[in-house]
Amino acid sequence: MCQHSSMPSTTAGPALRLRNLRKTYKDVVAVDGIDLEVHRGECFGLLGPNGAGKTTTIEICEGLTSADSGEVELLGMRWNSHGGALRQKLGIQLQETQLSEKLTVVETIRLFRSFYHQGPTTEEVIAQAQLNEKRDARVGGLSGGQKQRLALGCALVGDPELLFLDEPTTGLDPQARRQLWDLIEQFKAAGRTILLTTHYMDEAERLCDRVAIMDHGKVIALGTPRELIASIGVEHIVEFSASPAVGTPFDSGALGRMDGVSGVRSENGSVLMQVTALHLAVPALLGELGRQGVALTELRTHSATLEDVFVALTGRHLRDE
Amino acid sequence: MTNSRDSARAQSALKDQALVQLTLVRFREFLREPEALFWVFGFPIILAAGLGVAFRNRPPEVLKVGVVSADLKSALAGEKLLDVTEFRGGHDAELALETGKIALLAEPGADKQIVYHYDDTNPDARTARMLADAAIQRASGRADPVASSDRLIREPGSRYIDFLLPGLLGMNLMGSGIWGLVFAIVDARRKKLMKRLVATPMPRHDYLLSFLLSRLGLLVIEVALLAGFGALVFQVPLRGSLVSLMLICVIGSLSFSAIGLLISSRLQTIEAASGVSNLVMMPMWVLSGVFFSAQRFPEAVQPVIHALPLTALIDALRGNMLQGEPIAQLAPQLGILGVWLVVSFSLALKLFRWR
Repeated sequence: MCQHSSMPSTTAGPALRLRNLRKTYKDVVAVDGIDLEVHRGECFGLLGPNGAGKTTTIEICEGLTSADSGEVELLGMRWNSHGGALRQKLGIQLQETQLSEKLTVVETIRLFRSFYHQGPTTEEVIAQAQLNEKRDARVGGLSGGQKQRLALGCALVGDPELLFLDEPTTGLDPQARRQLWDLIEQFKAAGRTILLTTHYMDEAERLCDRVAIMDHGKVIALGTPRELIASIGVEHIVEFSASPAVGTPFDSGALGRMDGVSGVRSENGSVLMQVTALHLAVPALLGELGRQGVALTELRTHSATLEDVFVALTGRHLRDE
Repeated sequence: MTNSRDSARAQSALKDQALVQLTLVRFREFLREPEALFWVFGFPIILAAGLGVAFRNRPPEVLKVGVVSADLKSALAGEKLLDVTEFRGGHDAELALETGKIALLAEPGADKQIVYHYDDTNPDARTARMLADAAIQRASGRADPVASSDRLIREPGSRYIDFLLPGLLGMNLMGSGIWGLVFAIVDARRKKLMKRLVATPMPRHDYLLSFLLSRLGLLVIEVALLAGFGALVFQVPLRGSLVSLMLICVIGSLSFSAIGLLISSRLQTIEAASGVSNLVMMPMWVLSGVFFSAQRFPEAVQPVIHALPLTALIDALRGNMLQGEPIAQLAPQLGILGVWLVVSFSLALKLFRWR
C-alpha cells in the first residue's frame, strides 16, 4: 500500500521530465540521449518517421520498457519508487494492442475500469468514446475507428492526469481520424496532459501545443508547430511538373536565382521550390518557364508544414514508403 | 485516519472486483468459442459413447461349425453354443472353412476317429473345437467324473467402459487444463493484450488467479457431464465418495493448469504453443493408461510411467470410482500430482514473461 503522506505533490512541476535518456537494443541505438519536458495541461507530440525511437521513448515513459540510462520523472514521481501510484494516474494506449474480440464493448470497458480506484462510470466512458450504439457489440465486429475509440476509452477509465497515445490514428480513414481527434481535444480541453507519437504532420499540427521532431533516436527540433515552420525560413512550397519542349534542356538553376525563392529540388519528376514570397515567386516562375518554352502540366502551392520542416532538416520524408 | 482506512477498504473491494471481472472474462471467452466447447464437453462424451458401444460385452456368441455326416450333426445338436451345418460333399465344407463361414469342420476318419479341421491361431476355432469334442464325447457315452455348475457374473465395474471412463475423464482434465491456459495466455501475449493489461494497475496475481478460478468452475461441469453420462448411459459405478472424487479432480486440474502456465510462460506464437503442448501431452495419452492398462509396458519404464501426472490422476480416479478406495489410500497418487503442481508453478513464476 502506498502511504499518502509520503507521496510527492502532484500538482507542481512539469507533467513529464526526461533527462539524457538512452536505450540500445543489441546493436541498434533506439534512444540516443533525449531531454524533454512536457508541461501540465499541454498536448505534446513526438513526430518522426518509423524507427525514429518514438515508441521506445513513450514506452520508457509508460514504465513498460526500462532505459539503459537517464532519468524519467512523471507527475513528480518515478517508476521505481511510486510505480503503483503512477499506474493509477496514467492512461495508456499502445500501438498494436488487439483487445479480446469475444467480449463486448461494455464488458471490455468494465474490465479495465475494475483496475482503477476512481474514475468515470462504465457508461460515461462509453458515451465519451461515442460508442453508445455499439455498447453491446462484440469487439471483433467493430470498425477500425471504433476499435481505436474503444482503446482510447480503455485509456480514460481511470480519469488519468497524463495520457499516452502511441500513433492513435495510424491506419484509420480520414473521417475516423477526425472523430478521434475530437475526442483527444475534449480530453485536452479538460486541462489534462497528453503525450502522443505520430508520423502524421497534420495530426501533430492540429493537436499538439508543442512538438519534438525525432530522427535516429535524437530530438532534432523542438517547439510549437508554428515556431518550427518559421525556423526553416520558408512560408510556402511551390510544386510543379513540366514537359520541356523537344530539344530544349530544362534549366532549373535559373529558378533558384529568382526573387523570393530560397531553395529548389526535384523529386519524382516534379520540382519543389521553397518560397518565402509567393506573390513574387509565382509570376517569376511562369515567366522563366515561358522563356524556356516549357509547358506546365501541374502547378500546386501549399503553406509550409512540419513535413517540410522534417525534409529541410533531414532531406528525407516522414513517411518514406 | 478515517480517510486512509476508508480508501484502504475501497481499494480491497476494488481488487476483489478486478479478480471477479477477470474471471468473468475467462468464462465469457471460453463460452463464446464453440470449438472449445465441443472439444471440452462434446468430444469426450462422443468418444465414451463410441468406445462404450464398440467394446460392449456381448452375449456369448454362437459359433458356426460344419459336419459331413448326419451322425455328427445329431451328436452336436445338444450343444447350444454351436450352430451346426451339414455339408453334402467335403469340397463344399472345405470351401466354407477357408472363407471363414464356419470356424470348424468335423468329419469321420478311419477307425471311428473324428478329424477336426480348424485354424489353431483363431480363438473362436479353438473354442469350437473344445465344445464340439466335449459334445461328441458325451454323446458317445463319456461320463464326467466331477460334476460342475456355472454362476455367471456380468457386473458393472469390470467392463471396458468402466475402465475407459475414468481414463477419458483424466485425459479431459489434462487437455482442458493445459490448453485452457496455454491458448489464452499465449494469445494475449501475441496480441499485445497482456502488455496492455500490464500497463494498467491490474494486480498481476489476479490475472493468473482468474485462470485457476475459471478452470475450477468449468471443472465441475466437465466432471459432472462425463461421470454423469457414464453413470446414466453405461451404469459406470461411482463407488467412492463424490467429495473425494471432486478433490482428486481439483488437484489434478490444478496440476495441469500449472503445467500449462509453465508451457505458456515464454511462448510468443500459437503454433509454438500448440507444438509444445502436444509434445507434453502426447506421451501421456499413450503411456498413462487412458485406453489400455499402463501395465502392458515393460517393467523397466514403469517407474517413469507412474511418475507422470496423468497416470497418477487416472489411477486415483479408477481407485475412487471403480474400487471405492478412500482418499487416504490414494495419497501416493495425490502426492505425485502435488509435486507436479508445486514444481511447475514455482518454475512458471520464475520464467513467466509479462510481454
